[in-house]
Amino acid sequence: MDARRMALAAALLAAAATPAAAQSITISNWDGYMPADLLERFTAATGIEAELALHATNEEIMGRLVAGGGEGYDVVFVSSPFAEALRALGMAATLDHALIPNAANLYPEAQALEYDPGNTFSMPYAWGTTGLCWRADLVSETPDSWRDLLQPADDLKGAVTLLATDRWLMAAGFLALGHSVNDTDPAHIAEVRDLLIEAKKGLLAFDDTTFYARLVSGEAKLVHAWDGWCNYGTAENPEILFAVPSEGSDLWVDTMVVMEASENKEAAQAFINFVLDASNHRWAAENILYKVPNQPAMQGLDPALIEAFPTLGITPAELMQMEQLRDLGEAQRDYTRAVTEIMAAR
Amino acid sequence: MTFAASRNLLFLAPGLGWLALFLLVPVGLVAAYSLFERGVYGGVVHELTADNFVRAADPLYLGVLLTSAKVAGFAAIAALLLGYPAAYAIARGPRRLQTPLLFLVMLPFWSNYLIRTYAWIVLLNKEGLANQALRALGYDGPAIDMLYTEATVVVGLVYNYLPFVILAVYASLSRLPDELWEASEDLGARGHNTFLRIILPLSLPGVAAGAVFVFVLSIGNFVTPDLLGGGKVQMVGNLIYDQFLTARDWPFGAALSLILIAVMMLLLFAQAVAVNRAQGAHRA
Repeated sequence: MDARRMALAAALLAAAATPAAAQSITISNWDGYMPADLLERFTAATGIEAELALHATNEEIMGRLVAGGGEGYDVVFVSSPFAEALRALGMAATLDHALIPNAANLYPEAQALEYDPGNTFSMPYAWGTTGLCWRADLVSETPDSWRDLLQPADDLKGAVTLLATDRWLMAAGFLALGHSVNDTDPAHIAEVRDLLIEAKKGLLAFDDTTFYARLVSGEAKLVHAWDGWCNYGTAENPEILFAVPSEGSDLWVDTMVVMEASENKEAAQAFINFVLDASNHRWAAENILYKVPNQPAMQGLDPALIEAFPTLGITPAELMQMEQLRDLGEAQRDYTRAVTEIMAAR
Repeated sequence: MTFAASRNLLFLAPGLGWLALFLLVPVGLVAAYSLFERGVYGGVVHELTADNFVRAADPLYLGVLLTSAKVAGFAAIAALLLGYPAAYAIARGPRRLQTPLLFLVMLPFWSNYLIRTYAWIVLLNKEGLANQALRALGYDGPAIDMLYTEATVVVGLVYNYLPFVILAVYASLSRLPDELWEASEDLGARGHNTFLRIILPLSLPGVAAGAVFVFVLSIGNFVTPDLLGGGKVQMVGNLIYDQFLTARDWPFGAALSLILIAVMMLLLFAQAVAVNRAQGAHRA
């Protein structure tokens, strides 16, 4: 029996001694972002009951957490800027690495991310980048620039979608103009706003959730997409390809955070440790087709899977070339105003 | 207090309590939030300010409010034009058909709002059923863009809220006794005269109720503009949603909500006054 099991057994014994009986935790994640049987396996392995809540967007779960003081959830899955915001609000608990020995499986790069060096309050679950996703059989030229999205060629006009979430929408403009994805200079924000208002003319729609389905149906030919999500299109039609534009892109990290308000922090960290186990984390990667920052998990991935979904082969060193998304603090308001202006423009 | 009065109060209390708890208290909270300053990560800082209302008058946000009013106005008019004849046909139709027809009108409510709205995307997209049908009929031009415009948003709102108009107008038409038509005819009025001078004025309370329902439900809607407008049509509902969830600016979102609630209350009040007057006139 290793130390982790002993700690758990002790925790379970302690729980059994109190009338509260078995421990249970509530996890909030995006729908379909975790293999359906992962929680059952977790309960079978640890005896801890786990309940899954779903959120559609980072913003949605943030709204719930801030409104409720973080109560009702033990572990939440959020993108790194939101994890950073939760920490700034004092709502993200400090992690006890003694309870998460599997954190050693993380790539060295994933242990030194700018928003949380040393993973003090968040553990990375999946990571990747954002770029172009297109139907090779429907475009005349291979797209390779953010401008292909923002100023589409004639045959792509009206067949292009952009992500609507403000950070990624704005990032497309910042990167096209050669600025940082975390730029807060009001002049640059105004420049991006004007570029994106102009871009609306060539746009089919803003779309965060069904863009790959639009590629499969042929309604869209080129979309702005997260690398992992583009794979859902590739799975249905191998003509659907992904590339990072020549101007570069962002590195996003979806993280697991334990809430400070949680009354089951040990069980919550047992869950994070369970996910970071090499075979469990690999199981997640194989099911959701997103890269996971877990070295032994990725090394054990079937080469045929990487051949079918080349984005899974993007290395941590390549990801580190991308710019890491950070929380904007006060400047978030300027981004939202710019996005409102873009959406309201004719 | 008489026995009847205290009994009535007892019957009223649960309903009133429910409304007070789940309507008045939240609206009170929204009103309070609208007067505070925003926290950087959401929530509020307890310092009083009127800035949020000043900011709502910015042309950018006023423009969004006007667009919403325009879309909701068109939806209300279109729903009336489609719904009134349908309600008239049902109310004047054979009695044994009225219940099944009304049942059919309400049937869409049994399915999920989102699914009904998504169905329009399946119908109208470039590779959708509408374009395929056109091609099958011999049209061979480029696919027609029918989605993601303001007009599509109006279509979606009308589709979803049409039953309210039909039910409201039906309710006021079915209350009119058949003798009214007969009396009007006996006095020499032709069909269209009877309708324009007798029936239409008497059914105005239903028309007002239906139109206000559609307008109020439409102006605050954010799902339909999001799905059928492709995110390209911004309505005040989307603006409020964004303030709470993206901008982390709860006080400004609360101020916008309060303005929207005020517009809705004003319209509902005007409708109630109109109905009262019409009924007063009816009795006199």
